[in-house]
This record gives sequence, structure tokens and C-alpha cells, in this order.
Amino acid sequence: MTTWRPDPSFYPSPRMAAKAPKETIAYVAAFDPDRQRPDAIAVIDVDPASASYSQIVGQVDMPNVGDELHHFGWNACSSCLCPNAPHPHVERRYLVVPGLRSSRLHIVDTKPDPRNPRIVRVIGPSEIADRANYSRLHTIHCGPEGIYVNALADRDGNAPGGIFLLDHDSFDVLGQWEMDRGPQRLAYDFWWHLGHDTMITSEWGTPDTFENGLVPEVLLGSNYGRKLHFWDLHKRKHLQEIDFGEEHQLVFELRPAHDPTKAYGFVGCVISLKDLSASIWTWYRDGDQWAAKKVIEIPAEPADPDLLPPVLKDFKAVAPLVTDIDLSMDDRFLYVSCWGTGDMIQYDVSDPLAPKETGRIRIGGIVSRATHPKAANGALNGGPQMVEISRDGKRIYFTNSLYGAIDPQFYPDGIDGWMVKLDAGDNGGISFDENFFVDWPKGHRPHQVRLEGGDCSSDSYCYP
Amino acid sequence: MTDFWPWISLAGLGAFHGANPAMGWLFAVALGLHRQSVRVVWLSLVPIAIGHAASIAMVLIMLAAFGAVVDLRNLQFVTALAILGVAGYLGFYGHRHRVRVGMRTGMTGLALWSFLVATSHGAGLMLVPAVLNLCLADHAGIVGMTNSLPVSLAAISVHTVAMLAVTAAVALIVFGWLGLQALRSAWINFDRLWTIALGATGLILLIG
Repeated sequence: MTTWRPDPSFYPSPRMAAKAPKETIAYVAAFDPDRQRPDAIAVIDVDPASASYSQIVGQVDMPNVGDELHHFGWNACSSCLCPNAPHPHVERRYLVVPGLRSSRLHIVDTKPDPRNPRIVRVIGPSEIADRANYSRLHTIHCGPEGIYVNALADRDGNAPGGIFLLDHDSFDVLGQWEMDRGPQRLAYDFWWHLGHDTMITSEWGTPDTFENGLVPEVLLGSNYGRKLHFWDLHKRKHLQEIDFGEEHQLVFELRPAHDPTKAYGFVGCVISLKDLSASIWTWYRDGDQWAAKKVIEIPAEPADPDLLPPVLKDFKAVAPLVTDIDLSMDDRFLYVSCWGTGDMIQYDVSDPLAPKETGRIRIGGIVSRATHPKAANGALNGGPQMVEISRDGKRIYFTNSLYGAIDPQFYPDGIDGWMVKLDAGDNGGISFDENFFVDWPKGHRPHQVRLEGGDCSSDSYCYP
Repeated sequence: MTDFWPWISLAGLGAFHGANPAMGWLFAVALGLHRQSVRVVWLSLVPIAIGHAASIAMVLIMLAAFGAVVDLRNLQFVTALAILGVAGYLGFYGHRHRVRVGMRTGMTGLALWSFLVATSHGAGLMLVPAVLNLCLADHAGIVGMTNSLPVSLAAISVHTVAMLAVTAAVALIVFGWLGLQALRSAWINFDRLWTIALGATGLILLIG
């Protein structure tokens, strides 16, 4: 059902979105790595004035076990105000929640009671396979043609992975998005430059190379994803690929500039085979082609092999493992999660080809096990992972788990879930909110965070 | 003259289309903002108006073609059903114009976009009752090429000029003064209003 006025959480431009009211709740995907109990979307109180601040105040359990909830998104967002595909009278009220392992898609209604969302539709893997020929659902973005869902594999678990479309009202699977995929085979993340009619996709691997954990032979053979793909967003046609080379593995999270007139963005590369470093690359428009350049390299830290998991012992170093990044709404600060060392680093990326570090905190980490002022336990495991920024750029939330089968490869003693919040200074600098620490209930591990009304990786805009 | 009201309704429908952000002024503003140029806003209005006019012209040419061979009562009946059909479709399925025209489009793309948006809204169909009225004022019972062509051209002109004037006024006011903030509050659901208007027109035509 449509509304008379545009959804109040839609903003024409990122500048206006940055002035949105502060979020009071956050939704967090939580999964059971043992696949014994249902995964859930947890509701966290993030209103500092509330008596239940920093507590889980609601939860919706999935109807099955073993989904591996990972990333999720809204059914509608500010891109509904775009002039070439206007449909601003839909409501941002449904969370579209895929199971990465189960390939099941859950539609969760947050409207009647935002603290007690409920599941209104479940789309089974066979429906998605029959209509779009995809499985292993990964990332959700609302955009010009409805809801875009990417998938890491075809229905049989092989390449190619890709994207399919979902109607934002009926949630019917509309079919495969690609009309000409060119050489693209692997999938991981996707996003776009609406102002430049360009989609960008990144790469991971096929399910046989990640569902039981990372495979050392595949990694050392440089056979995980290492390319960016550029597409015509409207013709759905592959235009160009950029190969980061054999040294670079796991080219993951994509964060285009929010300002639609800017033609650049950032992508994190998890690991270099040369020296275990992690890197951030900037892609940018170079004439009538796209180009990419490494702009940040985060070195591995030498470490006592006795403190390292088997996968890192021979290297005598802890890899930073940049597994997520996020860009503030004003395109000024990039946040980089180093899941291995335990660092969350803030860079000023006003000049996208010359970032400057402006803040750093450490929590958890394979070796450092750094703690938090409010943590009861003195040594935290896991490390900064899925990161989300409030629209005004002042609050940064993150959790500590990566993926059920990969967590124990780097944290063999297990991961006890936590979620923390940082406060950011107006001109850079980050510090813990000492009153915000969610000691996650045992049995689940927290993953992606979505903020009420939108956040810095939910919406895209057509106006500068 | 008894045919004063049809001209008013033609102009009124033009003004409604001009005021609807989804029909073009918003695209002109967006392109102006991207290129940081008020000149681009002005230039964009031309293909938007041409595309819109082409869409309604297409319907009125069909009307003239059918009118030459079909009895008026039947034509009115068919038009009423067509309008109700579009209203029903839009009411049931919504206004899902998944038109693949991007933000980097040129003037041809913008004209094509405007044509497709107007066509999928059933913009031309709504003009038929007014044009039928005008044709009948002078030539009872016959809607042929010879008498309907000048009336149709005049109808297209009145509708397009009204649409263009409102489109230009809103685009320039939003671009130069009001700002995009207006979208958040002033963008009422024109699609729903249009569906209601189509339904009402279809019913009146059917009963009348």
C-alpha cells in the first residue's frame, strides 16, 4: 500500500540525510555457528537517554535453523526519490533478511512495533532458484528497479554468482538482473554510482571454497576473488573488470562516494599473499574508463607463533584482515575494520587518493585480546568486523564475528559475541562510548548492524 | 462557446502533469544539479515537453483513425473502458515505471523517458474525452481526420504549453530557491490522485 507523502526517512541528498534524527534502535543479524537453534534479528536500544541503553530489547527468530544470517537491508530507501525511477510513496518498513547458507529470504516487518519485528513472508531457496537460478544470498540494496539481492552461486552452488531483483511491494522474485555478464564469475559485494549509471561488483569464491572455512590451497593459489567489475546499471551489461593481481586476495566490501556527482569509491582487500598485509583501494573515473589504485596498506604485525592460530603460525605474524569498511555520509571519513589485529582505524579520505589516518582504537584481536571499559571479561576475542555509521557520522557501531566456518580458523578458542559503539569527533578522532557494550548472549554471534531510518551503507542518492 | 470547458480541462491536465515530479521537472532539476547549471535545467525542459507531447499525439492520432470508421457512441464507450482499464491496472499494480534511462542520459534519452512515462500513465487517454467534445461541437457524430486534426493539434498544444509552463516554473523555483527539501513534504502521491482521476473520468464517460 502506498502512502500520501514520501517516507520521512527518505532524503534527496546525503547532505540532508546527515541531518536526520538520531537513531534510537539498531537491528543486528545474529547467527548460531553450530546451526542448532534459529538465527535471529536482534533489536538493540541505542538511545543514550533510555534506561535500556546498550541492551537487546527485542528479537525475531527465523523459522528454520542453519540460515547463517549475514547481511540484510531495507525494502526501500532514499533512491526512491530518484527522478528516473521515482516511487517515493513506498514505506521503508521491511527488512529483507537473507540466509547466506540456506538461500532463504525472510521479509521482516518493523512497522507495527519496531522493537518487536515480525516475519511476514519467507521466500524459499527453490523459488529463488527457479526464478533467478541463484543461491547463497549475500547483500541487499534497494535501488532504481526494486530490491537488488546478490548471490554467491548459481542454484547448484557453482559459479557464476550474481544479482537478482525483488519487487519492493510484493517481494516477488522478478528474475536475474544481468543481461550480459561478460567475464564475471565470482560475486561478493555490489553497489553503485547512481549519478554515473554504474554498478560495481566484487568477488569472493564459490560455496565449496568458503562454506567449510577458507581453503589454504585456494588462497595460496590466488584463486579467491581479486577483481572489480563495472557494469552499466540500466543496460545491465558488464563494461570492464580490474584485476588486482595474484598477490591480492578477497577483494570485498565496496563503498562508493555518497555524493552522486563523485565518481570514486573504496574497496577493502583482506589479504596480500606477499606479506599478509591488508589494503584499501580507490576506484575512480579515468577518462572514459575506470581505474583503481592502492591507497592504504596496513602491514601485518610480528607475533609469537605460540599465540597464533595454526593458519598463521608459520608466518609468525598476525594479519590485519580488513573484512569491512564504511564511508561516512559526507564522504570524509573511512572506517576500516582489522578483524585480525583488533584495530578500528579512521582515515580522512577528503582526498580519496591520499587518505590520512585520523583515529584508531583496538579491541579484541588474535593476539592482543584488548578489552573494553565496560566488558566484564578482561580479554576479548573476535575483532572489529561489520561496521555501521550513523547518518550524522557521529556514532560508529560494530560487531566481532565474520562467518561461522571462518571464525575458528582465526579464533580457535571460539568467539564470544560483542557489539560496541564509538564516538567520532567533528574533525576526526574516535573513542569508545564507555557505556555501550553489548555482551552478546551465548549461542549467537552478532554480524551486520542496520540502524533505524537508515545508515551509511543503506541508502543511495540521486542529488548532490 | 460551449467548448470552453474542454480547453480548461486540457490545460488543467497539462498543469497537473507539469506539477508531478515524476513527469519531468525533477529530472530537469537533477540534471541541473549534476552539471551545476541552470542552463541545463532550461534545456532539459525541451525534450521532456517533446516526449510528453509525442505520447499524447500518438493517442490522439489513434483516436482520429478510429473515429473515421467507428460510430461516436462506440468510440466513447471504448475510450471509457480503456481509461478504466488503465486506472484498474495502475490501482492494482501501482505505477512501476522501470524505465531504463540513466542519470547520464542525453536529450534524446530524456525525450524517450518522458514519452514512456507519459504513455505508461495513460496521459493521452485522459485527453480523449475533451477532444471528442471539441470535435462534436462543430461536426455532430463524426470524428474524422479532416475535422479532428486541427482540434487535436490545438489540444496537444494547449496541454503541452500548460504542462511546460508549470514544469518550468516548478523546476526553476526548486532549483533556484526552494531546494530539494521540498521533495520530502510537497511530493504528494500524484500517482494515486491520477489513478483516482482516471477512474472517475472513465466512469463519467461510461455513464454519460
